[in-house]
Amino acid sequence: MYMKTEQEQEQSTVKINGTECISGADAILQCLIEEGVDTIFGYPGGAIMPVYDKLMDYDSKLRHILTRHEQGAAHAAQAYAMVTGRPGICFATSGPGATNLVTGIANAFLDSVPVVFITAQVVSNLIGTDAFQETDIIGVSMPVTKWNCQVKKPQEIPEAIAKAFYIAKSGRPGPVLIDITKDAQLEKLNFKYKKCDYIRSYNPHIPLHIKAIESAAIMINHAERPLILAGHGVLISEAEDELKAFAEKTGIPVACTLLGLSGFPSDHRLFTGMLGMHGNYGPNLLTNEADLIIAIGMRFDDRVTGNLKKYAQKATIIHIEIDEAEINKNVIVDVEINNDAKDVLSYLIPLVNENSFEKWIREFRICDKTEYEKVIKPDTKPEKGEIRMAEVVSLVSEMTKGEAIIVTDVGQNQMIAARYYKFSHPNSFVTSGGMGTMGFGLPAGMGAKIGRPDKQVITFVGDGGFQMTLQELGTIFQYNVPVKIIILNNNYLGMVRQWQEMFFEKNYASTELVNPDFVMISRAYNIPAKKVSKRKELDSSLKEMLDADGPYLLEVMIEKEGNVFPMVEPGKSVSEIRLTY
Amino acid sequence: MKEEFTISLFTEDHIGILGQITIILTRRQINIDSFTASESAVKGVYLLTIVVKTTIEMIQKVSRQMEKLVDVLKVFVHTSDQIIYQEIALFKVTTNGLMSGNIIDHIVRTHNGRILEVSPEYIIIEKTGHKAEITELLVQLEPFGLLQFAKSGRVAITKQVRELTSYLKEMDEANRFKTDPTLN
Repeated sequence: MYMKTEQEQEQSTVKINGTECISGADAILQCLIEEGVDTIFGYPGGAIMPVYDKLMDYDSKLRHILTRHEQGAAHAAQAYAMVTGRPGICFATSGPGATNLVTGIANAFLDSVPVVFITAQVVSNLIGTDAFQETDIIGVSMPVTKWNCQVKKPQEIPEAIAKAFYIAKSGRPGPVLIDITKDAQLEKLNFKYKKCDYIRSYNPHIPLHIKAIESAAIMINHAERPLILAGHGVLISEAEDELKAFAEKTGIPVACTLLGLSGFPSDHRLFTGMLGMHGNYGPNLLTNEADLIIAIGMRFDDRVTGNLKKYAQKATIIHIEIDEAEINKNVIVDVEINNDAKDVLSYLIPLVNENSFEKWIREFRICDKTEYEKVIKPDTKPEKGEIRMAEVVSLVSEMTKGEAIIVTDVGQNQMIAARYYKFSHPNSFVTSGGMGTMGFGLPAGMGAKIGRPDKQVITFVGDGGFQMTLQELGTIFQYNVPVKIIILNNNYLGMVRQWQEMFFEKNYASTELVNPDFVMISRAYNIPAKKVSKRKELDSSLKEMLDADGPYLLEVMIEKEGNVFPMVEPGKSVSEIRLTY
Repeated sequence: MKEEFTISLFTEDHIGILGQITIILTRRQINIDSFTASESAVKGVYLLTIVVKTTIEMIQKVSRQMEKLVDVLKVFVHTSDQIIYQEIALFKVTTNGLMSGNIIDHIVRTHNGRILEVSPEYIIIEKTGHKAEITELLVQLEPFGLLQFAKSGRVAITKQVRELTSYLKEMDEANRFKTDPTLN
């Protein structure tokens, strides 16, 4: 490796009036260090080469993970952000490098995850000439970023990056993108960094709406069948303790959205399960029986509400939500509290009475019993037939005692993981919610493990989604990322096949997959792997996987035409939730 | 039911803001009936005036989406009775057609128009007013050989008492207290 002599290093950091004169590329990296960044996911290319050229100068402070595709870098950075609570960082070059990020950016945008994307752009005098690898990534990413900007002059770099971090992290978090021209990376500037804490046109710190909170408290104190719907916002605002205290004081049962999972302990006596299309029976069915709904940090996504016209018609709705644009967007609410969840709950707790709703909660438990008999028991404890997805997930849940971080791809594997893993710690579930991005699981699992090396990280993927981003096995191998990969293989695009079975008269058009030997693929990347298809070998195989020091891939052959239930069919009301087909 | 709304949108001077705003509208299949942009009374702050026809429910959602944009300072939505607004139109008419008698003088006078230029080939007339008034003049002039017609988007001034500057001040105040969210 080429090391710079002291003299050379001194030359590159000449001080003028207390500020350092450095290149734009140096400035980018120093800005990241100032923001506390230590890990970058990325992929080099022509326009971003000046930045990569400087990367090694900072290798004691910045670790760069070279993924095998920019999409992998984007998903990994998002998962890293979700498990660490710090923004993920992602580099890509101009043109195809930047456009390959778009799925990952959109995914982070829909799930409100702070990721700072830095893309390189062609030299500024070539912009607009259709130069080699030029693409208008500002225009392309506009609808899927919280904010983006192009930098053409090196002296604009520190301010742009400072703003990017502030915007990404604050309010409702989200991805931001800075597009930096190659000449701006090469030219010098007098470097001085100041973190951003104020943008006139953007104020995420909204004063508490005290009157609204007070009227909410009155409603809560008079409710007879209240229900808390906890979303991702609880985790983002770190309001898990406040949610628990609020629920325990009021005795109100809690249901989580898909992304809200792990924000409330799964084994808590007030936990009623997951909402949504494949959520639990009780919280879906009883949403329509509740007289008061307290929605916290969630956005009434169509997968949660089902048919809006028949949604929660008996309930008064209180919506605690930091993003004003989400209030009254899908569901018209009675009390809007446009503030941070933690702040609201802290203020609300002293205002509410101690209470209990044993009779109301018993209704949930009756539903639980029905769901257990009709769905959970046959899913997790089948006496014969092939292995079922739910068996695998619940075994993993038992073996890891709910301590692991669970990452999923999209589809049946995702729904089953969400349903059957018993989460006990916040931010221990990483999934692609709003976007439903197949191919998310493997790179996200890798990013989560890099973010939390102290935790067991297990990623569940289907045979379809795995093949969308399986090249990231190369990254896992190169950096020896000890993530555990479980392929739930049914040789189908399972969720699409389930819909074909239910709604398209079993017309299995293009959902059957002829798969390669996943074990051989894994071994080709030097990652130990095993295939299991017998029930009696499942337990020991999972144990072997969990005990492995490094990465490990376990392919589980599962029931070919297994379905996920319960299900709220599209267009149907949550109270029309079905337990069987 | 669809109604006409005038959106007055104050933004920072940031390249791309226009794109972000139109994306919000086009994504929801809302046509822009008229659009103007200019610097506002506050230096560096731009005022975009957008006229759209949509439902009251949709305009509320759309204005919140616009307000959410990082570089947008403030969004006001008004119905036509809450604002004073004007559009400007220019007409280019053949001189021959209009020179016979006192027609031109009469038309311009009754429509409160203004003659900007007269040449042997054409006359240019200016008219400021509401869309309906401009259309009326257009209909009158058409038989005389209309060569060109151009009309601006709507410019609007709100009747409300509170001005943007007081909102800007409020934004600065809110920022000062951001460490204590309970301060009102």
